[in-house]
Amino acid sequence: MKRLRWLLGLILILALAAAIIFAPIPSMLKWQSDFLSRAFLCLLISAILCLYRVFRGPTAPDRAVAIDMLGILIVGFCAILSIPTGRDWYIDIGIAWALQSFIGIMALAKYLEGKDFDE
Amino acid sequence: MNSTIGMILITIGLVFDFFGCLGLIRFPDVYNRLQASAKCITLGTCGILLGLVAFQGFTATGIKALLCLVFIILTAPVSAHALARSAYRSGVKPWEGTIMDEYEKDIKKIR
Repeated sequence: MKRLRWLLGLILILALAAAIIFAPIPSMLKWQSDFLSRAFLCLLISAILCLYRVFRGPTAPDRAVAIDMLGILIVGFCAILSIPTGRDWYIDIGIAWALQSFIGIMALAKYLEGKDFDE
Repeated sequence: MNSTIGMILITIGLVFDFFGCLGLIRFPDVYNRLQASAKCITLGTCGILLGLVAFQGFTATGIKALLCLVFIILTAPVSAHALARSAYRSGVKPWEGTIMDEYEKDIKKIR
């Protein structure tokens, strides 16, 4: 039974990797280079895996960890989007998002520990 | 040439991101998940930002990307450490296959 589940997970991961490399690109993501669209698709699938942990996580710190990682992934989204669209301000959004995510996670950690904010 | 180097760096970053998220859903415990995903995703996003620097050169966008990279390297370990500490203090037990737990002894010594 355990072996079967392991095999199913392996098949799922290989299917996801094949979808990243070979799937047809939706017309929303058609830019001048094919590589960046595939990169965006890969980050999108990583973010969906993070969201699974947010929905499923058995305890509150699990969800906090997943949200922290999602915040760092979104900086990667902004960095990739700034290349094909040619707009500089995406990376500004990335810097602001990293700062915001850090402050939010520190406050969340204090709250989970059960202390007040001024200790 | 520059765009080739950028593509290689972005590919390395994407691979690390993907496997970090896989560790996030696959490991049995908060602490294991934290140590897999925090390291992998920090390195992956830093790879993507370095690829952006290689694409753009040292223009305003590239320098802002370097700034963002330094900021992420400084803050991601701090937030991961704070989360692990708060998870332990709030009473989340480690996985039953854990071999040793030094922090429990330290907490008992303080109290």
